[in-house]
Amino acid sequence: MLRADALREIYPELERRIVVTIMGAVAAELYALGHRPNFFYLEHSMGLASSLGLGLALALPGQQVIVLDGDGSLLMNLGTLTTLARYRPPNLLHVVFDNGSLVSVGGFPTATASGTDLAEMARAAGMPRVLEAETLAQFRTAVTQALARPAMTTLVAKVEASAPASYRLDLDLLENRFQFKRYLDSLRSSS
Amino acid sequence: MPVSLEGARRIYEALKACNIRLVSALPETWLVPLLRLVEADQEMRLVQVAREEESIGIAAGAYFAGLPSIHVMQNHGFLAAINPLVSLAMLYKIPVLLLISYRGSWGERDPWQTQGGLLTEPVLRALTIPYYCLRREDDLTRRLKEAQALALSALHPVAVLLTREVLWEDEEP
Repeated sequence: MLRADALREIYPELERRIVVTIMGAVAAELYALGHRPNFFYLEHSMGLASSLGLGLALALPGQQVIVLDGDGSLLMNLGTLTTLARYRPPNLLHVVFDNGSLVSVGGFPTATASGTDLAEMARAAGMPRVLEAETLAQFRTAVTQALARPAMTTLVAKVEASAPASYRLDLDLLENRFQFKRYLDSLRSSS
Repeated sequence: MPVSLEGARRIYEALKACNIRLVSALPETWLVPLLRLVEADQEMRLVQVAREEESIGIAAGAYFAGLPSIHVMQNHGFLAAINPLVSLAMLYKIPVLLLISYRGSWGERDPWQTQGGLLTEPVLRALTIPYYCLRREDDLTRRLKEAQALALSALHPVAVLLTREVLWEDEEP
């Protein structure tokens, strides 16, 4: 499964929801599908996309939050699995694209390439629901299931270590930040 | 030499006055009575993290969502959170209100706290994070409200340091 195809498969679900991505390939590929004011690309601070998503999900219990994480980022903040599992906001879907590689920064293999199992780690952390996908169809089904029945979910999706044609977003990071903040402010004022 | 329950209660009341609704924390001895008060408060949510770095991510999420928050940690935890303070909070202009127990400073008796104590203020200055060391005679509510106001207007982290004289009751100086 290509990550870009997986993102395209679920893009209609992302359009209406609060989405936080990690930097690099995930951000570039989601951006290429079409930027929305409800998308925030965390262009640094590897590992903290899920923590940021936790803050959003706890503060906005009426909104579905989707974090698009990666194996390299998650490995830099494994404690987050225990915190997510502990507070388990039902409106948080934590997708981990696992390509076994630091593909955006030179392609060195990560520990998942030599056997570390992030889905098992999420289960062992006490995550209420852990799903896994290796094909596009499985990924589609898993996302549909996670969004249909609210529960804090980590979905580990095995993808190829492919890189996007370009990592460039035609969007300054502060522009993204202020736009995202304004979008969330408008959600609160209209609710 | 117990933690000052009176000090903890005064800080808690200051957090209430600031309308703090989310408190992330990595508990440590000095902070326990304060965090117990937070935990018992139905209007506040305590989020206990495994590592202080997580708190900066949670702070950004809470800020984006419009929920007033504060992030409580020991000064050694602040040192552990430097990168996210730089490359999330400062890079993205996120106001983060930090409440830091200031170990290893005046009156410290534990040798292992002292190196972090020596470095806390120089590191805060190097990061250009405005900070205030609370004193026992301070109006804590006023000081916390001022820190919160500055963070929100500057869109920048601001730190309030909980000193020994506020949080600890020594038998004798």
